[in-house]
Amino acid sequence: MKPILVFVEITAGAPRRASLEALGAARATGAETVAVFCGDASAAAACNGAQKAIALGGDSSSPDALASALADAVKNNDCGGFIAAATSAGRDLAPRVAAHLDAVLFSDCTGLEASGDQLTARRPWLAGKVIADLVSSADVFCATTRLNIFTPSEDTGPDSCDAAAITAEPKARVTSLEAKTSARLDVQEAPVVISGGRGLGDKEQFKLLEDLSTAFGNAAVGASRAVVDAGWRPHSEQVGQTGKTVSPQLYFAVGISGAIQHLAGMRTSAVIVAINKDAEAPIFKVADYGIVGDALEILPVLTKAIQAVKAEA
Amino acid sequence: MNIVACVKRVPTTDAEVKVAADGKSLDESGLSYMISFYDELALEEAVRTKETHGGEVTVLTLGPSSGTKEIRECLAKGGDRAEVLADPGWLSRDCRATAKALAAKLKDLGADLAFMGRVATDRDNAAVGPMVATYLGWACVTDAISLEIADGKGSAKRETEQGLETIEFSLPAVITCNKGLNEPRYSNLRGIMAAKKKPFEESPAELVENQASVSALAPPAPRAESRILGTGPDAVPTLIDALRNEAKVL
Repeated sequence: MKPILVFVEITAGAPRRASLEALGAARATGAETVAVFCGDASAAAACNGAQKAIALGGDSSSPDALASALADAVKNNDCGGFIAAATSAGRDLAPRVAAHLDAVLFSDCTGLEASGDQLTARRPWLAGKVIADLVSSADVFCATTRLNIFTPSEDTGPDSCDAAAITAEPKARVTSLEAKTSARLDVQEAPVVISGGRGLGDKEQFKLLEDLSTAFGNAAVGASRAVVDAGWRPHSEQVGQTGKTVSPQLYFAVGISGAIQHLAGMRTSAVIVAINKDAEAPIFKVADYGIVGDALEILPVLTKAIQAVKAEA
Repeated sequence: MNIVACVKRVPTTDAEVKVAADGKSLDESGLSYMISFYDELALEEAVRTKETHGGEVTVLTLGPSSGTKEIRECLAKGGDRAEVLADPGWLSRDCRATAKALAAKLKDLGADLAFMGRVATDRDNAAVGPMVATYLGWACVTDAISLEIADGKGSAKRETEQGLETIEFSLPAVITCNKGLNEPRYSNLRGIMAAKKKPFEESPAELVENQASVSALAPPAPRAESRILGTGPDAVPTLIDALRNEAKVL
């Protein structure tokens, strides 16, 4: 099999977890894995799973110019695959890279299998109502990997790093980034997601979910479409078919009845806990564990219990 | 300004979907369709851009042969004319072939701005917008939640995991639209009547072969049997025990 090039996002000098997962997915196919990233060559060794690394120099503020440099790196290294994590940046760049390579793209894959030289991508359609296995006849297999699905490799990255440059004339540039004020994780990245719906009664009760999230320490707060449409929570927290699709290790659905559009967005979570007043709510059909009752009474007790567990650890 | 709203007809989001007998495609019987949620935002933004800057809004789709009520509905909501790129195989057309067909048409139309949804809610691929822009050599902003156009240039904001990015770009451009960008209008009777007289053209899509093929399509693996652990706060210790010792996630 030809090598696979993986785009690695660097934050604070180190690869993002999502990129390490993408590297792990590429490495698991058995192909030689080439990490490519923007910035300083010193990040190469932390690109676990990569046998080769390329640091891109130059201005990385233009997605179109960066995509062009990534496509060149695929060609110059005779790669048969291009993979990025399905982050904001990865989902923005990968289709552009695929078009430069005149290749089809499989976004947000939940599986990647190699059989001989043939790669098969597994990905949800209709937000997970059906699961498709797909093959590509393109010269370069292009995919993005869903977060929290693939396992990073334990092999450390290469000692050396090649250099290449971003040189294309930019058509668009990121001119500023207003950093998030809250330190809370994004729903797609967090290992624990605690989502609330209409059943919480009003906007103020989301404080109870935030408290539970704080007790976990590695959790994000999510929301159903109903509460986002009602203006209680921002769209960036919406889980479901017209929001984000999440796959945390642990998902709490609190006061969410479980409309099919919501189930579509969280069904691939490893463990699902539902808390709802209505014992007949459809959410209890997909949940592993359910508690019937008033979330406003249950949440403070649950938060205390989680605090106790975390204090022991 | 020559503005195009690219829209896609997709199964309704409340649809239960089934796999066809071939094990590789969707069972279309009983499916009803809608314009993809985010494409409604694209249409709205196209119409608002026209209202501010003047020009014309073309509603462009690659889909089944003409006359579909969903495309007429887009004209009722402010599109000036519709162009259907007819593709009998539209349901299985891959992102590359779709992007090439749309790019060819956008070039023909001499578009300045093309709006699309952030993602179509059927394949969830979020690829066509940036692919079209790349094939055309245009600027592209994905997942826009705000947009300003002035003097042949634009500025847009998008949310990322790190925060809010501002992107400045030149025209022509493709903008993919995220929730928050606008609130789509409803059609009214006047719009519906006017839509009947608006130009509605159909031509065969310029298609390349699909590169993607489905080797299997299946319903998601069933989840393990659910267990109701109890009622009210008293059930919390049982839950903690289950999460810790059974699910091993604590």
